[in-house]
Amino acid sequence: MNKVLAKKQLGPEVFQLEIEAPRIQKRWKAGQFVIIRPNSNSERIPLTLVQSDADRESITIVIQAIGNTTKETVEKEPGDFLVDVVGPLGEAASMCEGQRVVCMAGGVGVAEVLPVASAFREAGNHVTALCGARSDGLRILDAELKTSVDDLRWATDDGSFGFHGNVLQLLQSFAQPGDFGVGHVIGPIPMMKAVANATRDWGMKMYASLNPVMIDGTGMCGGCRVTVGDKVKFACVDGPEFDAHLVDFDELARRNRAYREMEQRVLADHVCRIGLGGA
Amino acid sequence: MDAKALPYKPNPKLPRQVLPVLQPEVRAKSADEVALGFAEREVSVEAQRCLQCPKPACVNACPLHIDIKRFISRLAQGDPEGAVDVISEQSPFPGVCGRVCQHELFCEDACLIGKKFGPVAIGSLERFAADHARLAKKTLTPGAFPAPTGKKVALVGSGPASLIAAFDLVRKNYRVTVFEALHKLGGVLAYGIPNFRLPREILHEEIARLQNMGVEFVTSFIVGKTASLEELFEEGFEAVFIGTGAGLPFMLGIPGENLIGVYTANEFLTRINLMEAYKADAVTPVRVGKRTIVVGGGNSAMDAARWAKRMGSETIVLFRRGRAEMRARLEEIEHAEEEGIQFHFLAAPVALYGDESGTVREIECIEMRLGEVDSSGRPSPVPIPGSEFRLEVDTVVAAIGQAPNPTLQRVTPQLITKRGKIVVNEAGETSMALVYAGGDVVRGGSTVILAMRDGRAAAEAIDKALSGGPAAAAELPAEVQG
Ligand SMILES: Cc1cc2nc3c(=O)[nH]c(=O)nc-3n(C[C@H](O)[C@H](O)[C@H](O)COP(=O)(O)OP(=O)(O)OC[C@H]3O[C@@H](n4cnc5c(N)ncnc54)[C@H](O)[C@@H]3O)c2cc1C
Ligand SMILES: Cc1cc2nc3c(=O)[nH]c(=O)nc-3n(C[C@H](O)[C@H](O)[C@H](O)COP(=O)(O)OP(=O)(O)OC[C@H]3O[C@@H](n4cnc5c(N)ncnc54)[C@H](O)[C@@H]3O)c2cc1C
Ligand code: SF4
Ligand code: SF4
Ligand code: FES
Repeated sequence: MNKVLAKKQLGPEVFQLEIEAPRIQKRWKAGQFVIIRPNSNSERIPLTLVQSDADRESITIVIQAIGNTTKETVEKEPGDFLVDVVGPLGEAASMCEGQRVVCMAGGVGVAEVLPVASAFREAGNHVTALCGARSDGLRILDAELKTSVDDLRWATDDGSFGFHGNVLQLLQSFAQPGDFGVGHVIGPIPMMKAVANATRDWGMKMYASLNPVMIDGTGMCGGCRVTVGDKVKFACVDGPEFDAHLVDFDELARRNRAYREMEQRVLADHVCRIGLGGA
Repeated sequence: MDAKALPYKPNPKLPRQVLPVLQPEVRAKSADEVALGFAEREVSVEAQRCLQCPKPACVNACPLHIDIKRFISRLAQGDPEGAVDVISEQSPFPGVCGRVCQHELFCEDACLIGKKFGPVAIGSLERFAADHARLAKKTLTPGAFPAPTGKKVALVGSGPASLIAAFDLVRKNYRVTVFEALHKLGGVLAYGIPNFRLPREILHEEIARLQNMGVEFVTSFIVGKTASLEELFEEGFEAVFIGTGAGLPFMLGIPGENLIGVYTANEFLTRINLMEAYKADAVTPVRVGKRTIVVGGGNSAMDAARWAKRMGSETIVLFRRGRAEMRARLEEIEHAEEEGIQFHFLAAPVALYGDESGTVREIECIEMRLGEVDSSGRPSPVPIPGSEFRLEVDTVVAAIGQAPNPTLQRVTPQLITKRGKIVVNEAGETSMALVYAGGDVVRGGSTVILAMRDGRAAAEAIDKALSGGPAAAAELPAEVQG
């Protein structure tokens, strides 16, 4: 049982929760995640560790409410409890020093890239962050990012703020092969795939943080398997970060759709329940 | 024998009683327990078959040394609660062991009337005693125990190995904490073995006995991730037992194994058992199609196949050797056959094919013949060239074995391992001082009762080390030393 200490809405369906978790706070590294169950009958879902606070012995996660369990989670209020929080899981993000690094993120991935970008900077790199949102009002964590990277640029789909287009177009608008030694990308699968393809010949290392469906998160079920190069890897223990240029993104996209219809049925039930119980 | 014991007349010639089971047609559509257990009249006959041997071989053969002879004499006298008291001297898990212990290889194999008349049905009698006490709401431990006050011991993993170690250590006044990675307790008993073989109330109640005795359980805590082994020692634990099991599934290693609808047995069983995907209102889904093919011949294969059948799928077990070479318990194989599960022996998958959505649709297999005996002691399967055939399929479950869980070993290089298995000596000591290991993480996959034997041996060694002088460095088997 982990207590929710604070809650903040960052966008229409994006919420930030601060959760009491002394042990995870002490040990986590950028790139790692937790698996939570909001209620005693909930599914187990993975969420990236975004921030922590040693004094408050807390961790912060940012959740986009897209389905049943994420909705249950963002319905929690300060003082409520999450039934389970386990972690930190996965390997830390790969680091380097003295390089020019580009971190690219879209949607809720912007929250997930924040700790990685900060870690790159702390390790002594020059960090550019390219963050995407559908429009100006949907941008999240702008202030936090500004203080954590050397160069923050936004791209919006409708052009209402910053670059008009997506983060890959933004990258291509100003950067050349050779500008960056290392990159890190996190976000929707089509975006990660596009970034991987576009930078394949740029002579740079590009890491992608993957988001397959997970259950245990301890390497026990194999449900999170992804193909990297010609090897099958378990994202929860070998990842979630892999060499973007070697990941089979099409397979990942297909596997993430495996339960779509079943999830939608559960979500419909959830909405029903809320509707019936609500004022 | 004590005062309560009245003489009775053993008669091994009475017929061995048959365990009643739910009708195959009924159980193939339900999650209810298959074996119904003896009724009192069967127990009175079966208990009378026991000769009360002066040198009971059964007791020695039981890895927990349960006083079988004495508990059976209690049953023969119509005192099942007394029988549970006798069992509880050695084991708080009669409900679990009475169901899933491989008694045919241990106590019953040694039973002295076995050769001539068939062994006493010890496992089923153990189960009856447990169920009777449970239904009579007998407190299996005399109320809550006083909180233990001794030294602190950490047990990693909540499978059978740790559970019996917890029982032994808490009785010796150690303050025992069990750390479990998942959100439920029991290890394979919780995520692997189906409800229809081990109803969860029974597991929960037997684990609750330990809680009443003062054992502390911490779930959602991964040693090696949430805290390191070293940190546990810094926090005041004086010894650690590693019972993290063999949970790392082997993959088929054939084209198409990442198609949708292709599962490892662990994932399939975890979704159904741990996350209860078999229930109508489940939030964690599982895909069980019209036809399921389960690859393998062990307990996991039988359990996965029997779930698939219960969830409405035509189910075929594909095994590359013959029926005689299957590792699953005979009882489970027979139950699966009765439930209408088909077996295709001497065949192995070579490729899986999917549709444009990436969902598995077809499996290609090859026929085998049996060749020379291999390192597993069984005749090796040899592919017959040109014998390939294809079957339509929408769910494939790979139940081809597991390796030890690597999490803790990965971050603790001081632990000597061999092919992933933690290396220990007889007492369960590892290459690290005051760190012990046992069960599947050492054996690489075995049985509930052998995991318990290891947990008990380690508990004894821990007690010796913590109550005696400073611990000596462990002596490991020679070939891996240094
Ligand atoms: C390592 C890792 C880190 C993650 N970090 C975050 C995070 O910080 N914040 C956040 O909001 N989300 C994160 N996710 C994604 C999050 O776990 C999923 O959104 C969540 O599991 C969905 O659960 P649900 O029950 O709400 O939705 P469901 O009802 O399960 O799914 C709703 C829809 O989303 C799709 N979907 C399901 N799981 C995923 C997934 N893993 N990725 C993409 N689509 C999915 C389904 O196909 C379905 O269409 C992370 C995933 C992983 C693997
Ligand atoms: C499907 C299936 C059916 C079976 N049927 C039978 C049967 O009928 N009869 C029989 O005798 N045997 C059976 N077996 C084998 C038997 O279940 C195992 O041999 C036995 O459970 C091993 O016990 P264990 O205590 O070593 O580990 P496990 O039962 O595997 O438990 C290990 C526990 O440790 C946890 N863990 C792992 N790593 C960590 C960590 N770093 N920190 C904290 N916790 C951790 C795991 O989550 C798990 O809960 C079956 C096995 C399977 C898979
Ligand atoms: S624990 Fe197993 S071996 Fe021991 S008496 Fe019970 S069934 Fe027999
Ligand atoms: S060996 Fe068989 S007959 Fe003899 S005491 Fe044990 S159970 Fe009874
Ligand atoms: S989530 Fe089960 S192995 Fe990764």
